[in-house]
Amino acid sequence: MSEIKKGLLYADSHEWVLVKDDGTAVMGLSDHAQDAMGDIVFINLPSVGDHFSAGDILGDLESVKAVSDIYCPITGTVTEVNEVLLDSPEKINQEPYEAWLVKLENVSGAESLLDAAAYEELLAKEV
Amino acid sequence: MQQQQKLIFEKSVSGRRCTQLPACDIENKTALPQDLLREEAPLLPEIAEVDLVRHYMALSRKAHGVDNGFYPLGSCTMKYNPRLNEEVAAMPGFTDIHPLQPTASVQGALKVMQLLQQYLAEITGMDAVTLQPAAGAQGEWTGLLLIKAYHEAHGEQNRTKILIPDSAHGTNPASAAMCGFQVVHVPCTEDGFVDVAALRSLAGPDTAGLMLTNPNTLGLFEKDSLEMADIIHKAGGLLYYDGANLNAIMGIARPGDLGFDVCHLNLHKTFSTPHGGGGPGSGPVGCKKALSPYLPNPIVEDENGQLTLNFDNPNSIGQVKAFYGNFLVYLKAFTYILSSGADGLKQASQGAVLNANYMLYQLKEIFHLNNTFPCMHEFVLSMEDLKEETGVSAMDVAKALLDYGIHPPTMYFPLIVPEALMVEPTETENKETLDFAIETFRKIKEEAFADSAKLHQYPLQTPVRRLDEVQAARKPILKYQKSENQ
Amino acid sequence: MTSYVPHTQEEKQEILASMHLNSMEELFCHIPEQVRLKELLQIPLGKSEMEVKTQINALAQKNKVFPTIFRGAGAYRHFIPAVVKQMASREEFVTAYTPYQAEISQGILQSIFEYQTMICSLTGMDAANASVYDGATAAAEAMNMCRSPKKKKVLIAATANPQVIATMQTYAYSFDMEIGLIPQKNGKTDLTALSQLLDDSISCVYIASPNYYGQIEDCGKIAQLIHAAGSIYIAGCNPISLGLLQTPAAMGADIAVGEGQPLGLPLGFGGPYLGFMACKSAMMRKLPGRIVGQTVDADGKTAYVLTLQAREQHIRREKAASNICSNQALCALTAGIYLAAMGPNGLKEVANLCLQKAHYAATEMQKISGFQLVYDGPFFHEFVTKCPIPVEKVMTALEEKNILGGLPLNGALDNCILWCFTECNSKEEIDTLIQILKEVT
Repeated sequence: MSEIKKGLLYADSHEWVLVKDDGTAVMGLSDHAQDAMGDIVFINLPSVGDHFSAGDILGDLESVKAVSDIYCPITGTVTEVNEVLLDSPEKINQEPYEAWLVKLENVSGAESLLDAAAYEELLAKEV
Repeated sequence: MQQQQKLIFEKSVSGRRCTQLPACDIENKTALPQDLLREEAPLLPEIAEVDLVRHYMALSRKAHGVDNGFYPLGSCTMKYNPRLNEEVAAMPGFTDIHPLQPTASVQGALKVMQLLQQYLAEITGMDAVTLQPAAGAQGEWTGLLLIKAYHEAHGEQNRTKILIPDSAHGTNPASAAMCGFQVVHVPCTEDGFVDVAALRSLAGPDTAGLMLTNPNTLGLFEKDSLEMADIIHKAGGLLYYDGANLNAIMGIARPGDLGFDVCHLNLHKTFSTPHGGGGPGSGPVGCKKALSPYLPNPIVEDENGQLTLNFDNPNSIGQVKAFYGNFLVYLKAFTYILSSGADGLKQASQGAVLNANYMLYQLKEIFHLNNTFPCMHEFVLSMEDLKEETGVSAMDVAKALLDYGIHPPTMYFPLIVPEALMVEPTETENKETLDFAIETFRKIKEEAFADSAKLHQYPLQTPVRRLDEVQAARKPILKYQKSENQ
Repeated sequence: MTSYVPHTQEEKQEILASMHLNSMEELFCHIPEQVRLKELLQIPLGKSEMEVKTQINALAQKNKVFPTIFRGAGAYRHFIPAVVKQMASREEFVTAYTPYQAEISQGILQSIFEYQTMICSLTGMDAANASVYDGATAAAEAMNMCRSPKKKKVLIAATANPQVIATMQTYAYSFDMEIGLIPQKNGKTDLTALSQLLDDSISCVYIASPNYYGQIEDCGKIAQLIHAAGSIYIAGCNPISLGLLQTPAAMGADIAVGEGQPLGLPLGFGGPYLGFMACKSAMMRKLPGRIVGQTVDADGKTAYVLTLQAREQHIRREKAASNICSNQALCALTAGIYLAAMGPNGLKEVANLCLQKAHYAATEMQKISGFQLVYDGPFFHEFVTKCPIPVEKVMTALEEKNILGGLPLNGALDNCILWCFTECNSKEEIDTLIQILKEVT
């Protein structure tokens, strides 16, 4: 059973988000997502300044034999990209809740995301 | 344990030479300005001829071709590559002619092109053929550009969508995207055929065309092919035939008669030219008359018995590569067609389908599968049940085959079949080889139940064992780096 | 008929019977009756090997093989050592598929890894792919690597090979990119025009050096201009010339591409040839096609494998940047063997022989009235001269002596000739050429 960290919000496309009071947010991939993907070998991330609406494709992940899109769970503008992941994508496998992908500002749309309990329910249904 | 193979650079000794060149017979030497010259000599090996030969001989022993053994790699048609083809393609009258020689001095080469175009048009039921595309993928792209140019010429720029079944090769959507088309996925039914009802609902005024592989990647003939052609044509679209699987139907049925407007062929599959470890291939494109004005330049034309190359076709999409395609490759296909003839090509397809069914018939039993029978020239085995029962995956079975000297089938394709192994024996294998392969599958299955842990270990006999592909992709090392202490 | 199906009639019946079938036709029951061919295809019936060989040999005889060639323009006659042909025709290499099963394909994978290393070293770049179809499609694929939604324009030097320009135009049509030609001045790219054309809508610039006219471009200055405009420099190059000339990387190019045919491949009426591609590490993951990487196997042994596959069409499907699958692997192997046979000194000697022969020929030609050089910049092994009489007359006179002369140009350079000299041309041959030119004019 994969780990679901409390206090984060989740999208049904398996990204996590931490929304802060100042309207900024940080997002990453859930433990379930990294586990389903297997060994991640590369990640394509957006550039600072790119704007995304909730549900837009923000980048993609490569394993040896597959590519998987990453969706932006909320609407916002990218302020920072975790460049460490470009050289060490394995961090996503090792510590999915530490290995954030991007930070966003002026975010909206968090209300339609799932809390940890609801996400756990979703995962239970998927199995 | 075999000795680790050194890289050729690691065998280099400063000052050694292989090929010697004649001394310069020009007295007054020219020197280019210093700033145009490279500062450092390129990193190339310095090696004696005998060591060079031994190096490549050692490498060749660590490669596996059709000449080494059975190669039932689905969708790749690894048939025997006749020796005559190679001999013909080494004739100086073909190898030593310059592509920009006056056409009067290359009438033989142009005749090869003209005849091959004719033969391929007849085999596919098309009206015109270009030999220029260098490979199947380039053929697909060329064919789709013809469709794009056709719609534009007819004022239908709004036809921006290409319909592609989920069972298609990855090249189909990739080629369509390269042409700027939007890819629309057409679902397949449970038994692997294109869902005709879905196709009907997806076809419309924005449809540029449908790309179809027939027989499809499951080795099944799309039984509703004529109806699909009708749907697409009524919607104003065109039909593209992916010739990857033409080996099933040569002399039996023709894409042109099935309603297709344009097709590509893989001469390195169907027409016995060797794959060369990944290429060169050759991917001619055939089309109906309506599309022929857009074919790539140049076109071989007959002017009162003299063959010429016409570069001046106002509606042509242009050139898709330099010169006239992979000439020495399609020369081999030409040789194969002359050798086989109308009768031989039909027998080849019959043989391919016969061999595939012979294997399917028995493997179905062994793995308790309910594949459609008969299939065409290939079939797909699902190892899903085996994996569930024993933990042994399609990959494990494939790797076990390596130790028996059999090249594994195509793995994990098509995507719509879980744990897929796609088997294409081709017509050039005899019954003993097929029986041996069937027996080997049986043994592997039995071993999976008896000792599944061992199956995860295979291969054990090959020069190297399973590779760490994750490390290769995470920290790519793509070239040799001379180490500091050398 | 020559059949490559081993079964006897009896065996076919036996196999059918084993599946409880009576006839071949039953195997094709899923094909609609109305489209099944009732007769044989309208192509000749099959023939024996002897008959086919005789027929094709007669066609080969209808091609004229010129023992002396002074024509290049994108296809070059160089000496091919016996060891190159022999090693490249080993059946295990020739009859193998793409090395997906790494465990039994180490020979092919290692040869590609070595080839990639050699291409990187020749061009000075960090990463190379396992090849594309030819030099023209290599240039087009490089343009594809630079594609971005914001930058839709590409500049191509008017001094580039017309075959390359034509091919890039077709790809640009496909990619919905716009191509602008950079005018030439005295046979080289006009740098003033280049800087005027450069703006932030230009994704990349393709300039070859030596260019179509043999002239060596001012690559260093070109790189500065292109980079100042925030664009990408795609350098076309001739691999033989790189035995002598400065590497594209050292001069500031971001991507180096070229036609690898001079590296041991025969003229072969235009193909199969070899498109090589190399780039700086920043663009490595944008390279199209197969790439081989080094790794280890389950026992920790060094081994080679196709890598970065998630870029490719079989995984990324419509999101793949390129659709290429089959490449020119056997041609890349040939080039690798050629470069190994030559070594650094041999390659330099070949390049130097080309340079010396071409400059000798140019010097001698200029002594003939009317054959002056059209451009005066430094050149490698090709150059353009004027011709005082109709070009056809010169060509006919040469053909009578079994010499393929330079390529007659047209357009602005009407009645000019593009000459090429390689190590295959002896001084004696060049002297004969000069003599004939003197005689006809």
